[in-house]
Amino acid sequence: MKSGLYSKVMLGLGFAFLYIPILSMIVFSFNDSRSVTVWNWVSSPTLRWYERLVNDGPILSAAWLSIQVAAMSATGAVALGTLAGLVLSRFGPFKGRALLQGLTTAPLVMPEVITGLSMLLLFVSLEQLLQFAFGWQFDRGVATITIAHITFTMAYVTVVVQSRLAGFDDSLEEAALDLGARPAKVFFRITVPLILPAILSGWLLAFTLSWDDLVVTQFVSGPGSNTLPMVIFSRVRLGVNPVVNALATVMVLIVALGVVVSAVLMRRQEQRRKREEQMAASG
Amino acid sequence: MANTRVAEGRLGPLWTFLFRYGPPRWTEYVLKNWAGQRLVIAVPYLWLLIFFLIPFLIVLKISFAEFSPLGRPPYEPVFQWLEQGALQIKLLIGSYVYLFNEPLYVSSWLYSIKVAAVSTILCLMVGYPMAYAIARSPPTMRNVFLMLIILPFWTSFLLRVYAWIGLLKTDGVINNVLMAIGIINEPLTMMNTSFAVYIGIVYSYLPFMILPLYSNLEKHDLTLLEAASDLGASPVRAFTRITLPLSFPGIVAGSLLVFIPAVGEYVIPSLLGRTDQLMIAKLLSDEFFLNRDWPKASAVAIVMLLLLVVPIMLFQHFQNKELQAQKR
Repeated sequence: MKSGLYSKVMLGLGFAFLYIPILSMIVFSFNDSRSVTVWNWVSSPTLRWYERLVNDGPILSAAWLSIQVAAMSATGAVALGTLAGLVLSRFGPFKGRALLQGLTTAPLVMPEVITGLSMLLLFVSLEQLLQFAFGWQFDRGVATITIAHITFTMAYVTVVVQSRLAGFDDSLEEAALDLGARPAKVFFRITVPLILPAILSGWLLAFTLSWDDLVVTQFVSGPGSNTLPMVIFSRVRLGVNPVVNALATVMVLIVALGVVVSAVLMRRQEQRRKREEQMAASG
Repeated sequence: MANTRVAEGRLGPLWTFLFRYGPPRWTEYVLKNWAGQRLVIAVPYLWLLIFFLIPFLIVLKISFAEFSPLGRPPYEPVFQWLEQGALQIKLLIGSYVYLFNEPLYVSSWLYSIKVAAVSTILCLMVGYPMAYAIARSPPTMRNVFLMLIILPFWTSFLLRVYAWIGLLKTDGVINNVLMAIGIINEPLTMMNTSFAVYIGIVYSYLPFMILPLYSNLEKHDLTLLEAASDLGASPVRAFTRITLPLSFPGIVAGSLLVFIPAVGEYVIPSLLGRTDQLMIAKLLSDEFFLNRDWPKASAVAIVMLLLLVVPIMLFQHFQNKELQAQKR
């Protein structure tokens, strides 16, 4: 079947639409002018905004905080999300399964302001409760941000793991159980290796979502704990800012590099598997 | 033989290590008994109950509280033990009444729904042909195209929205280019308009529209189209009578994935949108952070949730059907 000319043209236009803004951001990060829209032909390209970026204290410390939060929440989300995915796709019907399924998919579409507000009100209530019960006071900050991020990113991990598990029937696990393996052994030797790609991509997805989140973080963060999106948002509100362009370029480059490397690795793995299959078939 | 290789793979030694030195004997004991399964279910369950469900109950409670501007937190308690050993429950519906009578709120509700609906339709119009072209392209190209669709999603959402400021500004790239070519003489006003918000939403949510559509369109049986053309149907007729109806679940899933978060979108309208007409999420956050009126902000959240409950249930229904279909 040939695809129509119309849809091909639309595909090209669509890609232009997706990439022109990013490219223009990258190009203007090398512009030697405060204006991010008018190209200075005399002295561009320049690396002056990158120099500013490297010496920009608030951005760097916010980036470090964001990396820590994102790594912690991605790890927590993977642990909880994998369990939830396993329970939903392998444990058969149990009491409250529908509720669990609902609770894991709802955060995917929940508007962020609602999640943020409700998490903050929970933390405030917890603060009151702990203060009242134990006289114990805690401040909102990295811990509350991480808990909130785990909660909304674990939904994504659950969906990824669940759909990966749905692709396999449980005959491998059953066979192992029949052969006398204990459930823990089955889980670590069979289930986890099978869903490892889903776990890895779930971790990366959770990391990206947490690294990127502004709205929920704004609600649950405390004084002094500014994540990178919060710093970017406060600068961008005042208008376009070449240092932000430089930062964006660096981030795009890291992502592109990561995607290329993972694509190459995946292709190699694929080729290795094919070779092994051929050897197994001939030998 | 092949199965064990799948289980071990390159990371085999790691799993051996994890298993041998990882979970100690007692977890095996626990997992073998009935408590084990319950425990595994309980961990994610409890987390979601405490950090996702209970917060909504708290929001519901506070939406009925009385606002006290100087209080800390700024609302009167809803439940209170009186000295005679009686529990006093004070539910005020004032915040809700206010939401439906204040013109500012009514207009921003309607505006949010309008923006979300228009952007969803635009997204569908851009996304459908793209998903179609990818699904009908040669298999080797499909993965490259899909990667190109997903790639922007991995870069910062905030920065991608920010990129449009530079393009849409009065002295921005688009105006400069159009004036240089001579298509327009005066710069167009594009920033801080509804148009800019549509662009921003379509741009940020396009992958969410394309991916469900693609996974649906890819599964179509193309012999149906061949049969239709053999029987004399024109390509357009074959499309509207076969492809379009078959892709309906994909259209619904993609549209819901765009529409639901778009109603509560905060970042895009704050950066690109109108300043004289706010969207509801901005109003909620202003009510909360600027006015410190927690009851009103909670009431806004509850109403938004009620408004979105039907689309969310619909989405979950389709999501479950999709997972079920994969199993078969």
